[in-house]
Amino acid sequence: MIAELGHYALVLALLIALVQTTVPLYGAARNDFSLMGVAQPAATAQFIAIAIAFGALTHAYVTSDFSVINVAENSHSLKPLLYKISGVWGNHEGSMILWVLILALFGFAVAQFGIHLPPTLKARVLSVQASIGVAFLGFILLTSNPFLRLDPAPIDGRDLNPLLQDPGLAFHPPMLYLGYVGFSMAFSFAVAALIEGRVDPAWARWVRPWTLAAWIALTAGITLGSWWAYYELGWGGWWYWDPVENASFMPWLSGTALLHSAVVVEKRDALKSWTILLAILTFALSLMGTFLVRSGVLTSVHAFAVDPERGLYILAILVLFVGGALIMFALRAPSMKLGGLFQPISREGGLVMNNLLLSVATATVFIGTLYPLFLDATTGQKVSVGPPFFNATFVPVMIPLVLLMAIGPMLAWKRGDLSAAMSRLWFAVALSFGISIFVFWLHSNEPLTPVIGFALAGWLAGGTLKEFADRIGLFRDRLSRSLSKARRLPRSAYGMTLAHLGLSIFICGAVADSAWRTEVVINAKERDKTSIAGFEAQLESVNRLEGPNYHLERATVVIRKNGEYVTRVFPERRFYPVQQMPTTEAAIYTTLLADVYVSLGEGSKDQGWTLRLWYNPLIPWIWAGCLIMVLGGLISLSDRRLRIGAPFKRAHKKVQENGLLENA
Amino acid sequence: MRKLIYLGPLLFFIITAVYFALPILKGKDPRILPSAMIEKNIPDLNLPPLLETKPGIDKQALMGEIQLVNFFSSWCGPCRTEHDFLMRINKSEIIPIYGINYKDKQNAAKAWLLDLGDPYERIGRDIDGRTAIDWGVYGVPETYLIDKHGRIQYRHVGPLSESIFKEKISPVIKALRKQTNG
Repeated sequence: MIAELGHYALVLALLIALVQTTVPLYGAARNDFSLMGVAQPAATAQFIAIAIAFGALTHAYVTSDFSVINVAENSHSLKPLLYKISGVWGNHEGSMILWVLILALFGFAVAQFGIHLPPTLKARVLSVQASIGVAFLGFILLTSNPFLRLDPAPIDGRDLNPLLQDPGLAFHPPMLYLGYVGFSMAFSFAVAALIEGRVDPAWARWVRPWTLAAWIALTAGITLGSWWAYYELGWGGWWYWDPVENASFMPWLSGTALLHSAVVVEKRDALKSWTILLAILTFALSLMGTFLVRSGVLTSVHAFAVDPERGLYILAILVLFVGGALIMFALRAPSMKLGGLFQPISREGGLVMNNLLLSVATATVFIGTLYPLFLDATTGQKVSVGPPFFNATFVPVMIPLVLLMAIGPMLAWKRGDLSAAMSRLWFAVALSFGISIFVFWLHSNEPLTPVIGFALAGWLAGGTLKEFADRIGLFRDRLSRSLSKARRLPRSAYGMTLAHLGLSIFICGAVADSAWRTEVVINAKERDKTSIAGFEAQLESVNRLEGPNYHLERATVVIRKNGEYVTRVFPERRFYPVQQMPTTEAAIYTTLLADVYVSLGEGSKDQGWTLRLWYNPLIPWIWAGCLIMVLGGLISLSDRRLRIGAPFKRAHKKVQENGLLENA
Repeated sequence: MRKLIYLGPLLFFIITAVYFALPILKGKDPRILPSAMIEKNIPDLNLPPLLETKPGIDKQALMGEIQLVNFFSSWCGPCRTEHDFLMRINKSEIIPIYGINYKDKQNAAKAWLLDLGDPYERIGRDIDGRTAIDWGVYGVPETYLIDKHGRIQYRHVGPLSESIFKEKISPVIKALRKQTNG
């Protein structure tokens, strides 16, 4: 009964979305306020209807209603509650419901909080957003209905893939979707602007918080996924350049570019058509990710059950929306007024370079991910592209980007003074040099690559800190004056500083881990010892236990340093009988500077167990750096300016004249 | 002229979309071996051994009996998923498995086998991926079924599992064994 209710709510949502697509759009063209007014209640109703459908599916999972095919195929009565719930989006049909739920959530948020939006723009944005909803609700109802019944119902379900039964992964898809789908908002704004034929600084001001929110969620989602891969797959790596990882990384790169180019539109009224194009492309890349995972065009760990019909349908959605938007772009963008002019050496110039480099980086990942597909289609040859390609092509693009990140924020708008900026960079040079010397001293007889990486991280941190110090007049003014300046600084300035520092910390972690990771593999019987990077690890015992829906072997490993007890860790090896699949649960002892990572392999009491240990220097900095980026984004998002929407244009100009130049 | 630039993104997108559509419209599932390779002899190969204890693989080694050839890498997540099943095939002695270690570091691959067990009769190292290209490997893991004349009879892309083995590979093995006996 409840499943049927969910099904009904989904059909209702489709009908509401149809109304929301057509009526407000027509109203905006006719300048009819009552027709435009339909958008707001429709967006709310659509969100509620989809929330009911989502709730109904969740109910079926929680109560283990195996008469629903979707539940029978992906759940099991013995599964812990958390994984019953996360199982809702652990499969194709349920994840699509989550997809449209988030899509409607964003529409609902614009309807509720976009009070300051001009009515025609708001109506058009909501109607474009609803049209995406129509496409995907149709997709769900026609090809991927999660509410279909199964008769007779099986006694128990087939269980969720055990690798996905993990707290890290329970929240990875929702975060990722918040990011992917969040870019739909930037897309809807872009298309609405193309319909209106007008882009002004105020437009950028409305787009930025939505883009920023999506970017934060995507950053968090990718971080969670990478963290999960690190501790769950049991071999110490954290990024594999897997096609599906790349599919989430491409919108992140172009979304980052969008975030920065929107600043230029907002402050200087320039780069308008480029920003529109980026908004379209970022969402296109998000849709492409959805397509690639579900069409079976690329093979990957992440691939859902493959069905050509579904693949074709999503491709049709992709072509319709992205193709349509790009046609409008080709027609409308040339007639858009060019905005403020600027010299190549200026803040705008720096942001243009940022955009170019990020676009090249996106293109690099795009080519590496899709080259096998293109080659196969043209010549029938089959190849696979692995990490070496990405390391050789992606990293060189990142180097100038990081160099630029320290300089860019120091340049003034319109016409910057490069030599003045350079003279402010002494701190970046000093920090970069100091860190390189330190790293070189620590690892003097090893290759120089990590030294370069650390020099870059130091340069970025130095430049960012100096820029912040100059902004509040630290060491130049009295401390009390600096503090009061710091209080008045807009939150978006703090956001930028934190995000850039976060990247610097991330670089340290990534460089250190790839250069200095060490690994030991031993066959250990109880009480055998080994040592790694100054730590001593001893296998105390291995016990057989029973989990809720799995058997497990749990090892107790004592870690000592210089003979002194540090901690005990408990790596596990689980076996899930329903899916006939083993998983490893690594145990990690972490300090701020490194992880000792212990993973238990196959074995027995007589023959001993395989024990793998890694010493991963600075790897916590990878997650810390990403979290700081997310935090920077959140602080920037809480900026009053973004929260209340755009004030009048005149007020905005005044802020610029006062010299309070904010940044992303 | 300036207007034409704005058509660029659209053209680029159309080309990409065509490439996306081709494999689906042709009904080509990347998991299925292009028919051109089926019944063909395996390409020439001569691979150095991974372990000191087992010889490497050359064409001669793959002739003479029905067997599986499995491309794997220690850096490949899905390979881990199928490994346990390969171990079970090995224990049950249904069919011998020959391993080709694809673009891997020797130590990493050794550690992997030490950790998860070694299901292979012999293991050869495909250091530069040349052999994988000859075989048309799409991505690791990938498994080929070879008959006793050294001809490819079936190919599976992606991790093997019990259900795939039972549904897709077992019937071919049975048919091949029948031919030989009858």
